[in-house]
Amino acid sequence: MDLTLKIWRQKDSQDRGGFQTHKVSDITPDTSFLEMLDILNDQLEKKNEDPVHFDHDCREGICGACSMYINGRPHGPQQGITTCQLHMRSFKDGDTITIEPWRAQPFPVIKDLIVDRTSFDRIIQAGGYISVGTGGVPDANEIPIPARVSNEAMDAAACIGCGACVAACKNASAMLFVAAKVSHLALLPQGNVEAQERAEKMVEQMDEEGFGSCTNTGACSAECPKGISLEHIARLNREYYFAKQSSDNIPAEDEVHGAG
Amino acid sequence: MSWLSQALSSSLGKKLLMAMTGLFLIVFLIGHLLGNMLLFKDDGGQAFNEYAKFMTTTPAVLVLSILTYISIIAHVIYSIIITIHNRKSRPVQYAVSNASANSVWTSRSMGVLGTLVLIFIVIHLKSFWFEMKFGSVPIVAYDSGSIKNLYLIVVEAFSQSWYVAFYVIAMMVLAFHLSHGFKSAFQTLGLAHIKYTPLIKTIGTAFAIIVPTLFASMPIYMYMKFHGLL
Repeated sequence: MDLTLKIWRQKDSQDRGGFQTHKVSDITPDTSFLEMLDILNDQLEKKNEDPVHFDHDCREGICGACSMYINGRPHGPQQGITTCQLHMRSFKDGDTITIEPWRAQPFPVIKDLIVDRTSFDRIIQAGGYISVGTGGVPDANEIPIPARVSNEAMDAAACIGCGACVAACKNASAMLFVAAKVSHLALLPQGNVEAQERAEKMVEQMDEEGFGSCTNTGACSAECPKGISLEHIARLNREYYFAKQSSDNIPAEDEVHGAG
Repeated sequence: MSWLSQALSSSLGKKLLMAMTGLFLIVFLIGHLLGNMLLFKDDGGQAFNEYAKFMTTTPAVLVLSILTYISIIAHVIYSIIITIHNRKSRPVQYAVSNASANSVWTSRSMGVLGTLVLIFIVIHLKSFWFEMKFGSVPIVAYDSGSIKNLYLIVVEAFSQSWYVAFYVIAMMVLAFHLSHGFKSAFQTLGLAHIKYTPLIKTIGTAFAIIVPTLFASMPIYMYMKFHGLL
């Protein structure tokens, strides 16, 4: 198949950037989307042109690196997959494909399609961990955990931090990401001890990074490659409100600064 | 109390205020609807006028009405604050956006729908609340005494077809606003569980259809009655 690619090109974070049109031809339908970009980059390098820069790593849908907004949707037209799992059979011969980087104030473009997602790392650093070593593996059945709870924790833990939720959200909100991280620790006994403070600290960091507010459109969950559900956002809301009422984290009067 | 102001100024705190004021206004809609159903009573408006007198002279109702005004104002102000913040979160827009693939248009258009509802509320208050309070409403004499004949103002307003059309369209806008707002409020409050979330969604959809439909039926009924179509 022959395709026209409208790709966002931006030299560096200071550059204004703009779309550039590239053509690729003789692409087979079983080529993956990233392989198609590799073919394009081979062409560009042969012509001594700057290849299109994009993030990629595992190419098997578990690392979350391949951030691309393809034809108006994160990770392209299919649901429940990352860009590396997208194949050209999802497109038609002669299609024009628009490829953009994630757009969010806390995700500044580094070059072309690569954005800086360290804001996610800082949210994790703010509270997405368990402070103490949890020791060795306890005896089976020593701490009973209902199957539904452990399943839900595992569903939340499936988050790969790709940022598709932020990219899809009309408000560039990171609520699904933060909710998944809060949920997967809060649901299990080892993480539950710090659940309240964790929710407070991670929300505070999320606000500080400049992510938008959740308006419950559900776009995040619909575009999440791991299908993380909106119930986790409700849990984060709950954890946060209860934390604000009863946690030990009481700010001193002069430390208060509106996160607005 | 610094923890409280900090909580309420966070992104989740602002959302909490949106949800609480929204839910209060939903409760208000029920009361407003039930009272105004008296317009359907075929008694020349006596029951409606007595209800209007009760609503404007009872202290408890006054407290509730002040709460309603505060809720509307807070809901509007916070929506503006949140919207400005959200816009800042994405300074560069996408060139191509296929948002309909992952979300419902009503959920993405709450700001526009809410603004239209606000415009309706202002005109609606001018037509009836302002007239009742400061306008020259004719007096009608009943056995129980002489009171303001608000019913006459209502009859007059809804004898005009364009005015009826405006109300019907406004109620459609309200229906779309509620179709997302109702369930969204519960999600924001953290009330989501496999046991009752399906019920909340069903009730929310039913509420968004039934309440605005009943409201819209009032001007239509009054118009048809005035023009002898019933």
